[in-house]
Amino acid sequence: MEENAKIRVNDLNLSIGKQKILKNINLEIPERKITIILGPSGCGKTTFLKTLNRLTDLYPEMHVTGSITIDNDDILHTHKDITLLRQKMGLLSQRPYPLPMNIYNNVAYGLRISGRKKRRFLDKRVEHYLKQANLWDEVKDRLKDPASALSIGQQQRLCLARGLAVDPDIILADEPTSALDPISSEAIEKKFVELKQQYTIVMVTHVLRQARRIADYVVFMYLGEVIEQGTAEEIFQNPQQEITKQYLKGAFN
Amino acid sequence: MRRFRHTEEKLFRVLMFLSTNIIVISLGIIIFSILYKGLPSLTWEMVSQTPKGGFYFGKEGGILNAIIGSLYLAVASTVLALLIGLPVALMMNVHLIKYTKLVNGIRFLLDLLWGVPSIVYGAFGFTVMIYFGLKTSLLAGIITVTLFIIPIMVRAMDEVLKTIPRGLMETAMSLGSTSSEISYRVYLKQVIPGLVTAVLLSFGRAIGDAASVLFTTGYTDHIPTALGQPTATLPLAIFFQLSSPIPEVQNRAYASALVLTIIILATSILSRYFSKKYQKNRIKQ
Repeated sequence: MEENAKIRVNDLNLSIGKQKILKNINLEIPERKITIILGPSGCGKTTFLKTLNRLTDLYPEMHVTGSITIDNDDILHTHKDITLLRQKMGLLSQRPYPLPMNIYNNVAYGLRISGRKKRRFLDKRVEHYLKQANLWDEVKDRLKDPASALSIGQQQRLCLARGLAVDPDIILADEPTSALDPISSEAIEKKFVELKQQYTIVMVTHVLRQARRIADYVVFMYLGEVIEQGTAEEIFQNPQQEITKQYLKGAFN
Repeated sequence: MRRFRHTEEKLFRVLMFLSTNIIVISLGIIIFSILYKGLPSLTWEMVSQTPKGGFYFGKEGGILNAIIGSLYLAVASTVLALLIGLPVALMMNVHLIKYTKLVNGIRFLLDLLWGVPSIVYGAFGFTVMIYFGLKTSLLAGIITVTLFIIPIMVRAMDEVLKTIPRGLMETAMSLGSTSSEISYRVYLKQVIPGLVTAVLLSFGRAIGDAASVLFTTGYTDHIPTALGQPTATLPLAIFFQLSSPIPEVQNRAYASALVLTIIILATSILSRYFSKKYQKNRIKQ
């Protein structure tokens, strides 16, 4: 497919004991597009997303082989600092996990750990990223309040601001709207469409309608395998595989 | 069948009611008897003076030496145990998260140490003391008690840290944190109330234990002014006074027990107050 693939995945396999979770995944994820990984629950979408920023390191029982190349660097076998690699990717998880600190410090956290500690600089950046996540107007008068006091939709936008603040190239999102109300979900979706001007977005979802609304490129996964991949138009208008057709018809839900 | 289920329900209700009462009543009796026997002997003189000439025959003087001694000993060993124990607990739950077997091994070892009776720590401390040519002293007591409460503190902290959801770790990691940043910038803030409880539990054990200080700190009527001096402690003050045949002295043992109980109660209330203040940023589940 396109020349400007940001992430290339080759022969990726992941197993826990004898159970194979991901089987021979080969993928190319285009730069500055929204790539949606679609599939029913339990097909390995989330696990795949976690291999992309090596969160699989946390789970010693997971055995990963193959290669994932981001900017010409095989991140599964790299000698580079893994923390810097992770800062290239912002992560939004299924339910928001704000850090146990106040709103301001949540956004400033990533900047502080990368050594940028000047108060005036932080103030500006925090405001900038909170505005980017459409949260500034709601929280500007209570930046010192604990993040846990926000509603869950606000927390998810806070997590987005926090993820953007480490200045990533890639946004990984794992069903980021599944815990949110429709209005907050729509806000996140709109934001993603805006953000794709600057970022490569990889989003996991099992919500078909959501995929139709925002996807540029779609990867359909089923039982740990990539069944089909292509542009949104190709997959939604003219799917090649029988399983994809059935899923799109709603036979799985 | 239905009838049986009802009888079963009733039976268990009665059993649970009984066991709850056994606990509450025995606690009540303990507190009541300490108050009943100790309160009349608990005078200002008792808590503000060291023993005078005829103290152990029921004459003038107090147990200030033991109160101060116990506080020195318990505070110092709790602080030492915290300095050693907190990094261990965090390391087990953050840095070594991939090495499940190793961490479980450490847990098993700590549980074994938790089970070792304090008199054994006392005997061990005594041996070490003799090896280094130390006399019974505050320092020897602090070292022994620190060793004795470290497993308690680490395991109590470990249980709290284990409850932190994996998602918080993943989040902190995806922001590019190192393990130490996760430990000290994120995890600590999340579990401060639980950590305070762990420290408090260890403090209670440190101040209340008699066997580990019996050989190591000794006993004296003076308030210690240096680490090398022997030191009186409240549990031993209770023990010595209770073994006396004189009723006044025995009653003073209960008064000493009352002082010990009040110290533990006060630390408990204070630390609960402070841990509440720090838990406002905690992420709720």
